[in-house]
Amino acid sequence: MSMNIYDMSTITSAIDTSLKANLSPFWAITTELVLVGLVVLTFYAILGLFLVYAERKVCAVMQNRLGPDRVGPKGIFQTIADLIKLITKELINIKNADNFLFNVAPFIVVIATFMAIAAIPFAKGLQAVDFNIGVFYVIAVSSLGVVGILIAGWSSNSKYSLIGAMRSGAQVISYELSVGLSLLSVVIFSGTMQLSTIVESQADGWWLFKGHIPVLISFVIFLIASTAETNRGPFDLAEAESELTAGFHTEYSGIKFAFFFLAEYINMFIVAAMATTVFLGGWMPFHIFGFTAFNHIMDYIPPIVWFFGKAGLMVFVIMWFKWTFPRLRIDQLLTLEWKYLLPINLINTLFIAFIVLMGWYFK
Amino acid sequence: MGGLEEMKTIFNYFKEIYLGIITLLKGMKVTGHYFIRPGDIVTQRYPENRDTLEIADRFKGEVVMPHDEENFHKCTGCGICEMNCPNGSIEIITKREPNEDGKPVRMIDKHIYHLSMCTFCGLCVKTCPQDALEFSQEFEHAVFDRNKLTKVLNKPGSSLKKKEIKK
Repeated sequence: MSMNIYDMSTITSAIDTSLKANLSPFWAITTELVLVGLVVLTFYAILGLFLVYAERKVCAVMQNRLGPDRVGPKGIFQTIADLIKLITKELINIKNADNFLFNVAPFIVVIATFMAIAAIPFAKGLQAVDFNIGVFYVIAVSSLGVVGILIAGWSSNSKYSLIGAMRSGAQVISYELSVGLSLLSVVIFSGTMQLSTIVESQADGWWLFKGHIPVLISFVIFLIASTAETNRGPFDLAEAESELTAGFHTEYSGIKFAFFFLAEYINMFIVAAMATTVFLGGWMPFHIFGFTAFNHIMDYIPPIVWFFGKAGLMVFVIMWFKWTFPRLRIDQLLTLEWKYLLPINLINTLFIAFIVLMGWYFK
Repeated sequence: MGGLEEMKTIFNYFKEIYLGIITLLKGMKVTGHYFIRPGDIVTQRYPENRDTLEIADRFKGEVVMPHDEENFHKCTGCGICEMNCPNGSIEIITKREPNEDGKPVRMIDKHIYHLSMCTFCGLCVKTCPQDALEFSQEFEHAVFDRNKLTKVLNKPGSSLKKKEIKK
């Protein structure tokens, strides 16, 4: 079994054939599911820890501070220490809370992020499930998380939680439209919803460059709307520390709170990964038409590095938003969506359909 | 005329979007500028930089009574600092001893300062008629025994500095 970092499907198919040769089809599938589950779980945990650390460092430097730097070199073990603290904390039972829903809510939020991560193509052949409706699936599944938030707010028996959850509901229902429509623009260009095919359609140039102005507009709209959908600042009305204590997770403690916290960061990564896959060419290297030598050097960088580089850049941009802009009021939030993003997006989609019809884009 | 009004509304709509984007970018420029210049970081890495730590002269660390090389201080034991202290952090104990002429004179025995009760308001330093008190820049006050926070400010064996009488 040779390791080919440029095409991960060699590894995955080798594991697949060796399992199928040694086990009955049922057990082979079961083993594969368990393996994929373990890999995703590990990735999830490491990613969560890293993103929390990265966020704290980025926000610190933007505010002229140092950030965590005591636990381990440059503070890299800070989030692990925090995790241990959260795990050992008491889970407080809330009087008059709906206990079943209260306990189920964090799992719904986490499971929604899990399901979304499964469909993301990290590199060639490194994708848990390759749906032919990948874009639709990710939009659908990532909006499931709001169900968990609503349940958390409802079952907590706390006014802060309920207000936070209601805000989150209004927010996600509104911004879902913009996220869908802005992703639709690239679906029109590439003619498919399958994420792997969308990535392959960008081998000769990313849609952001090939689709020029209309895709740039929908990229910006996607960034704004998806930041809102992940309940991150400046759209963090669902949490709104200064008004609602902690919003929908006010009453949660210990590891249950950690689930919400983790899900928020993984959501941020999923949004960044979707932006990367759909607009920035996924794991495809950066090519400039005509510069053969330059393109050749770019090909040497493995796809997985490209993917995480681009996703990291998008994560940074989303963090940049959070630590620059002040929080919107709820009426401003809805005005932005219904009066600005949605009309622009609808006209933009129409425009894109026209452009594709006329072939006025770089092929 | 209705057409003109509508044109104006549409123009304002796009103007608002444009201005909004510009102002957002301005904000991102500021934070981005800080991000790429980590040299601007103001955080002090305190225990590591203890040797090079610079503390402003105005910093109110703790009240001290400066003594000169011959162990003279300027405190006459008048008790004005004790009266002015809002939370009773200062206790003045005086004694009467004969001076060189043989007359009994009131002088300071112990200037007791309770650091644990001090709010660092600075009234004692301000109101001292002899300028006998001042603030030091010492700030590491943590101790394991509470009694160590009660300090006697005049050193043992010290005495009031004689004023030079101008002739």
